[in-house]
Amino acid sequence: MVANFLLPLAGLLAAALLWAVGAGWLASHTPVAASFAPAPAFEALLQLLQGRDLWTHVGISLQRVGIGLAIALVLGIPLGVLTGLSKWFSRTTTPLFQFARMISPLSWMPLAVMVLGVGDAPVYFLLAFAAVWPILLNTASGVAQLDPNWLLLARSLSATRSETILRVILPGITAHILTGVRLAIGIIWIVLVPAEMLGVSAGLGYFILDSRDRLAYSDLMAAILVIGFLGYLLDHAARSLHRRWLHA
Amino acid sequence: MNSPLAEAEIAEAGRAPAVLEGRGLSYAHAGVGPIYDGVSLTVRRREIVALLGSSGCGKSTLLRVLAGLEKPAAGEVRFLGDALAEPHPRSALVFQQPSLLPWLNLAGNVGFGLDFAHQPKAAKAELAGRVAAAIEVVGLVGREAAYPSQLSGGMAQRAALARALARQPELLFADEPFSALDAITRAEMQALLVDVVHRWHSAVLLVTHDIDEAILVADRIVLMGGRPGRLVQEWTVDIPRPREDFPEAVSALRLAILAALRHSSQ
Repeated sequence: MVANFLLPLAGLLAAALLWAVGAGWLASHTPVAASFAPAPAFEALLQLLQGRDLWTHVGISLQRVGIGLAIALVLGIPLGVLTGLSKWFSRTTTPLFQFARMISPLSWMPLAVMVLGVGDAPVYFLLAFAAVWPILLNTASGVAQLDPNWLLLARSLSATRSETILRVILPGITAHILTGVRLAIGIIWIVLVPAEMLGVSAGLGYFILDSRDRLAYSDLMAAILVIGFLGYLLDHAARSLHRRWLHA
Repeated sequence: MNSPLAEAEIAEAGRAPAVLEGRGLSYAHAGVGPIYDGVSLTVRRREIVALLGSSGCGKSTLLRVLAGLEKPAAGEVRFLGDALAEPHPRSALVFQQPSLLPWLNLAGNVGFGLDFAHQPKAAKAELAGRVAAAIEVVGLVGREAAYPSQLSGGMAQRAALARALARQPELLFADEPFSALDAITRAEMQALLVDVVHRWHSAVLLVTHDIDEAILVADRIVLMGGRPGRLVQEWTVDIPRPREDFPEAVSALRLAILAALRHSSQ
């Protein structure tokens, strides 16, 4: 009870206290910064939750997360299976993948806008590009770590090729794919906000910039709280999916 | 040490038709010399045969060839009289590791593969009955819904044995099935194996490097050794069960096997 509930609560309260102290100190120099403080932020949050705007932005952002993740899965799983199965393919692509993986997706932003135009497409590209690596690499290691006895068991049952793939290989690497998905969601969520600051007119990243331009700093702080909370929920969902699959 | 009952059993085993016959089997990995050469081995109906040998003597690859999982360089394998090209539906495998599928519960693991396209067709209800009977005979009733991560090592190996039994095998191939278990669990599992295959009317080919295990479990012990591997010597074990009750006979046989091992490595 204490460890599960009270300690995390104490941590959050301490952070809120630091936040209040910091905002107070800032406001003593710059009076307008008073709206960065916790009280106005929570007030703004309450109002935003009652209105429709924030929900629209959240919905659009989550949709982008879903589409970006879907593209990353469609590309990452087959490439990961290929990397795990073929030494030749793995040798050919590993340096390239390790190289590409270390480039911050946001550095592709100008190029993405130039090629894909202004709108949702470059955002999808950036999110998918950020998310594909953990999915690809975890899928590959899942294939490499398949218990050879499972394949032997399938052969001893005279399993057909599709039975081996559908009943042994795919379920056998699902736990690894889910680990990749969890890491991917974390990265997507972090890349999402800056990606939405370019050339789109909705979403949480857009909402941050828009609040700044409206000098609505309490809205901005409320959006930061929402982003953190949604990210926490997404990670929690991905974790529990992983746990449920493994029955651990 | 020959009780009349044991002699009768052996005589019956001698008459029993062969389930598995390997003749003149050779096997080689690419680039290295033969692992074994000219090996012939027969397992008769309801007979427990232990294939005994040191690590790396080729006994595991011999089991794989006999099970139809790998092709021999020379020789042929017959299962119930027919030439074997791929694993026979009436044979089943147990490995050193239980290798249960972690995404299926115990019942799902025990029944895994019974519905595969190349398995003998059976009604769903009959398959469920076979799964339930196999779970019962290994003593895991009440655990059907448990997942592998929730089972102890001994329970997991019981589940692996049940998975093999659910296929109603004519012959059970077991590759060092108990060597990863602690001594007490291993003894339990050896007794369980003998009990279960007697009730199930299965034959067993047990690959082991444990002389005591071979003596306690097998009706017949075949010693493999040399390089390339060959079958060195063979003993019919006519000690009544439970063999723990006949320590003199067991230790005499152990000494004989140790002597043969020494000769074969010279």
